[in-house]
Amino acid sequence: MDRTPPTHPVKPWTFDDYTNSYIRRAAATGIYDIRGGGAKRRVPHFDDLLFLGASMSRYPLEGYREKCETSVSLGTRYAKNPIELDIPITIAGMSFGALSGQAKEALGRGANAAGTSTTTGDGGMTPEERGHSNKLVYQYLPSRYGMNPNDLRKADAIEIVVGQGAKPGGGGMLLGQKISDRVAEMRTLPKGIDQRSACRHPDWTGPDDLEIKILELREITGWKVPIYVKVGGARPYFDTTLAVKAGADVVVLDGMQGGTAATQDVFIEHVGQPTLACIRPAVKALQDLDMHRKVQLVLSGGIRTGADVAKALALGADAVSIGTAALIALGDNDPALEEEYQKLGTTAGAYDDWHEGRDPAGITTQDPELAKRLDPVAAGRRLANYLRVMTLEAQTIARACGKNHVLNLEPEDLCALTVEAAAMTGVPLAGTSWIPGMGQGE
Amino acid sequence: MQTLDLAATNLRDVNAALQQAETGTNESFEVINPRGSHAIAVGLDAPIEVFVRGSTGYYCAGMNQQATVNVVGSAGPGVAENMMSGKVVIEGDASQYAGATAHGGLLVIKGNASSRCGISMKGVDIVVHGNIGHMSAFMAQAGNLVVLGDAGDALGDSLYEANIFVRGKVKSLGADCIEKEMRAEHIEILSRLLRDADAAEDADPSEFRRYGSARKLYNFDIDNAGAY
Repeated sequence: MDRTPPTHPVKPWTFDDYTNSYIRRAAATGIYDIRGGGAKRRVPHFDDLLFLGASMSRYPLEGYREKCETSVSLGTRYAKNPIELDIPITIAGMSFGALSGQAKEALGRGANAAGTSTTTGDGGMTPEERGHSNKLVYQYLPSRYGMNPNDLRKADAIEIVVGQGAKPGGGGMLLGQKISDRVAEMRTLPKGIDQRSACRHPDWTGPDDLEIKILELREITGWKVPIYVKVGGARPYFDTTLAVKAGADVVVLDGMQGGTAATQDVFIEHVGQPTLACIRPAVKALQDLDMHRKVQLVLSGGIRTGADVAKALALGADAVSIGTAALIALGDNDPALEEEYQKLGTTAGAYDDWHEGRDPAGITTQDPELAKRLDPVAAGRRLANYLRVMTLEAQTIARACGKNHVLNLEPEDLCALTVEAAAMTGVPLAGTSWIPGMGQGE
Repeated sequence: MQTLDLAATNLRDVNAALQQAETGTNESFEVINPRGSHAIAVGLDAPIEVFVRGSTGYYCAGMNQQATVNVVGSAGPGVAENMMSGKVVIEGDASQYAGATAHGGLLVIKGNASSRCGISMKGVDIVVHGNIGHMSAFMAQAGNLVVLGDAGDALGDSLYEANIFVRGKVKSLGADCIEKEMRAEHIEILSRLLRDADAAEDADPSEFRRYGSARKLYNFDIDNAGAY
């Protein structure tokens, strides 16, 4: 009788349960998976950095007694009217269409209360959005849906979108479930179609053309408002250099954790660089051009806490931008809705089928019944609270590092927990003076 | 007629003078010595008439509203881009992206237009007396593109909607663009546009063929995977 003890069954690392489910889904449908959100994989991030705090050679500021400023000006290079923000945290571009009207209103209310700006998205500016946002950045996208000079002149800043962290090189996408009558009218599209926007601007190609496009936009708006250029985290040194060369007032840099309303999963997870890896090359580009703090750098993609904000600023950003985190503050992926997420075949925290428009939180939907669930006043209040907490946290850290303005944080205040983070950010590995790669190019 | 000289006045001041013309004044201007400058007569929003005497660079008459802009020469890339209303007439040829993303108004090109004419057009009417280049009306959404001459490769590729009328040869049609029946309502549209573009004596609506969307790519379908 054979009594050889069996080994424990082993599932392959290469073909794990998720991978197998991916293969089965692909085999059943014949089409790639589309979802919302940003990269879900673990990548080096701000958690891999720590602040050193004060010590014998650095003295801290007294909390609550000694002031630590948080205001920031964006667009000081050419614009007659730069955007003045009370806090260095802005709300990233998200469209009416991707989001419900109530969600857009809530974003505006929250941003107003905290003294910061919101941003439109693919599909144009709604009167409600303009009305609920004291400072509104108007995105200029390849699709040009809803683009018109009257709204352009109502904007407090214009953001030319070249790329997006979730999909550098990809265009917008909004599936038929969310192309309601109003969204269709705003975008000049037939109702219910699957909208796949262009990935390149229709009337310019490359930085030389962009310089002329920026000239045109400035001429139309009388050189009054700042012009941002938003790039995905692809080649941050060169992209930043070229954006500055083209005449940008502000560079918005979006790493791969930055979210999207809908894109192919393979795009989100496999194209672009982590946010942490993008900052140093972008700051280096600005420094090489003697443009650091003259052309402002706004960083986005996975900003969650005041610590993330402080670390981004210490590495050289002038401000950060949040999208996914703002939606969570509004109520997205709330565990209180677990039963409804289960019905959709998912769970709170993992829900990303934003393109289907069935969001039980009423945020990523155009279904009027679902959208009604979101109280824009209460949700706006939650966002304002969250923005204030992040600001207080960033101030707490800045004071601990002896800074009377959050923008005075610097790389010298940081150390890295991993070799990867040290190499990416150019700050030394904790306990050492070692910066991997230093002196070996960018 | 007020004269604005780009050899003596900077672009900002020229555009500011044109942009400050008030609605209802019906003023007329001429811009001389354009010498290929970019962004001339952009962002206008009054029923004024502007004559640009010479050739222009990028984005002449961009985002035009109400105004009539005549380029007495040829136009660089993106002429009348995102026009909302009014009329833009190019006496010569137009470079790439003429009328890109334009929502309304009438763009008349009396010479030829290069590639991507009417790209992402959203309601504008475009009449080209000559030929147009490849990928014209790419991703067009609404409006009418009339071509008295020939059209290049991939006409109307990936268009959502819009009418494309071509009198001459079409080198090839793009994805999801097909020839469609010319009905009475289309003849009516075409007749009006030919008249408005001073082309009625040169062409008869019966000589044109109509192209438009097959609407097979409106929604994702695995059977169309090769077209995505």
